[in-house]
Amino acid sequence: MTSLGPYASFIVTSYALVAATVLILIGWIALDYRHQKERLRELETSGVTRRSGRQATEI
Amino acid sequence: MTLIDLANPSKFLALTARVLPWLAGATAILLLVGLYQAAMAPDDYQQGATVKIMFIHVPNAWLSMFVWGVMSIAALGTLVWRHPLADVAAKAAAPIGAAFTFLALVTGSLWGRPMWGTYWEWDARLTSVLILFLMYLSLMALWRAVEDPSRAARAAAVLTLVGAINLPIIKFSVDWWNTLHQPASVMRMGGPSLDKAFLIPLLVMAVGFSLLFMTLHLAAMRNEILRRRVRSLQMMQASQQAA
Repeated sequence: MTSLGPYASFIVTSYALVAATVLILIGWIALDYRHQKERLRELETSGVTRRSGRQATEI
Repeated sequence: MTLIDLANPSKFLALTARVLPWLAGATAILLLVGLYQAAMAPDDYQQGATVKIMFIHVPNAWLSMFVWGVMSIAALGTLVWRHPLADVAAKAAAPIGAAFTFLALVTGSLWGRPMWGTYWEWDARLTSVLILFLMYLSLMALWRAVEDPSRAARAAAVLTLVGAINLPIIKFSVDWWNTLHQPASVMRMGGPSLDKAFLIPLLVMAVGFSLLFMTLHLAAMRNEILRRRVRSLQMMQASQQAA
């Protein structure tokens, strides 16, 4: 690997920003999934079922 | 499983559960290989090591336009074919597209400062990409502002198709106007002008980021389907309590 030279801070900042943004996207989507599953479980517990008769959390 | 089967959200969820782990694995492998190749790529004779920013800037810039293209096809699916998952696909793609556009703008700016001497210039390419970013934000605001999903879907689909006019403007801005931004060096008549030492890592990173988009998009679509299921069950619950 070559040295990053006099503009190393620009290169490192670019890669760090991309990594941080991608990690935030992954985290946000994973948390949203957990949140939606939780809400479906609550609805299932309260006795609401889908029109098809299947459980709320069932695929 | 045929394409028509995927119109059924339950079948789509089942397919997503099977495909997502493989897609995520392939994405991680390709991005790791791409990052290794980017780290090992030689310095450019003019730009020095700052050429390494290209390996993340260009895939994000391509995806910023590609995602809007996907949303435009989904908009046609909403307006013309009334496909049940078309609006789900468009709504799930918007924040991901906005993130790629943000990264294209910021990494471009960080590349521009040492190479052009400025972080920002109101030239046609930079300005048209900034407009694309603002359009992503307005679409996301529209989906949040309209409570009825079917009304929001139609309005968002129209706005998406109007916004698609910006895609050729972004692509050809460097040819139509005198811009600080360089002309195309990969997707151009006569083939890529990049040396293989830069082109191969760039293409690996581009495929890796495209797979990343597919992975995140499928996962976000799954979430949106579940959100709509929650909404309809809450409405059923409310009407049962009122009766």
